[in-house]
Amino acid sequence: MTTVVEETEKLALEEVEVQLLTEGIYRHYGFDFRDYSLPSLRRRIWKRVYAEGLATISGLQDKVLHDSQAMQRLLLDLSINTTAMFRDPTFYVAFRQKVVPMLRTYPFVRIWHAGCSTGEEVYSMAILLQEEGLYDRCRIYATDINEQVLQRAKDGIFPLNTMQENTSNYIAAGGKGTFSEYYTARYDYAIFRPALRENVVFAQHNLVTDASFNHFNVVICRNVFIYFNNALQDRVHKLFLQSLEMFGILGLGKKETIRYTSVTDHYDEIDAEERLYRRVR
Amino acid sequence: MTSRWWLPVLDSPESTAPQRTYEIVVVGCSLGGMHALEVILNGMPRAFPLPIAVVQHRHRASNETLPSYFRRFSRLPVVDAEDKQWLRPGTVYLAPANYHLLVERGELNLSVDEKVRYSRPSVDVLFQSAADAYGAHVIAVVLTGANDDGALGVKRVKARGGLVIVQDPEKAEAPEMPRAAIAAAPVDQVLPLDQIAPYLVDRCLVASPA
Repeated sequence: MTTVVEETEKLALEEVEVQLLTEGIYRHYGFDFRDYSLPSLRRRIWKRVYAEGLATISGLQDKVLHDSQAMQRLLLDLSINTTAMFRDPTFYVAFRQKVVPMLRTYPFVRIWHAGCSTGEEVYSMAILLQEEGLYDRCRIYATDINEQVLQRAKDGIFPLNTMQENTSNYIAAGGKGTFSEYYTARYDYAIFRPALRENVVFAQHNLVTDASFNHFNVVICRNVFIYFNNALQDRVHKLFLQSLEMFGILGLGKKETIRYTSVTDHYDEIDAEERLYRRVR
Repeated sequence: MTSRWWLPVLDSPESTAPQRTYEIVVVGCSLGGMHALEVILNGMPRAFPLPIAVVQHRHRASNETLPSYFRRFSRLPVVDAEDKQWLRPGTVYLAPANYHLLVERGELNLSVDEKVRYSRPSVDVLFQSAADAYGAHVIAVVLTGANDDGALGVKRVKARGGLVIVQDPEKAEAPEMPRAAIAAAPVDQVLPLDQIAPYLVDRCLVASPA
């Protein structure tokens, strides 16, 4: 029977181990998870500890520092964000109704989809823009920290069993066509039409350590901030502010807000509920 | 003892007495949970001193009406959890649809990590995060539900020394979730629904020195 004091010490030690692990990864591999939000980070680290057949976070530290393959596996655990096509359909409805009319006034539109993970939401945006007749003058820069994840996004091949959810999302998002026309079903996979990624540039980019690389009319970054602590959230918000043209659009996840950040004064709300903002100063 | 009049006296005999204080209540439920939560929230006084984080399985597309529904009979404020929101005493935080709810000392966290045993939000995820952040200072409550979500979380809470209360499965609308919790670890209390709120009040209002 362990005592409360012992348990408290164990938890404190675990926190030290998490810090040592992330510090080691940063100094050896350059990936910076030091300012990731602790609860999810801890969960994901423990998942990898068990998957590697280890018992402690220190054990994992030893392994990933000496075995780059193990680091790749941990990187996948730490950076993959599960998503769906047209996740939160109402976001896409609002984008169609409130953002698309603004974009029509531009001769050319640059969109940065930051932290795109396996690409479901990039394809969703491409479909939406195509249906609105805008896709030909858009370029989407889809970036993620993880090359392996990005490769999946480039391939545009998704499990067929997710298509039921995707289809109902597409319809709820105000889709104007038939969803199944955007992909070919083969065995257990749906292969999306290559034309959808004609104007998409996939590139590795690390929001934590890399600088801005262009000016954009739209920045989409959904359900990424929730994995960052407050200090890191603020840094990335500054990066987006630098990257947005005046009157550019920022789209966040349904439970993310700029309200308590240092950049909040630079934006007007376009749709508070759907977390769509417009840079005004 | 050196006297520093501007500091509160921390090592007085009262506060070194071996008593367990709790800092957070986490609640998990699924099928039948709406009614069960209604009964519990109805029994909570305005002075309840701890934050309460709740995972009730919800459809991914369900909207924000759940807090407003509970507000009708809860003396405690009920809100949908926001990411990085500070935990306030006597406030009820509901996991939003399609997000996991996790707690860290003093604040809430959300994630879109993969579903855990078909569920997002998942009771296991909430309970485990609470056990990892608060150690022994957690009270976990498992209510009615038709699956075994929460069992692994109960195991972690018990391993860390926290307190686990389970709704009596014989009287629950759906017995599977309470049964799975009881099978997972030696839980502290198995109580009929209407006795859970009084028990919580008893433990928390008496145990906190305020």
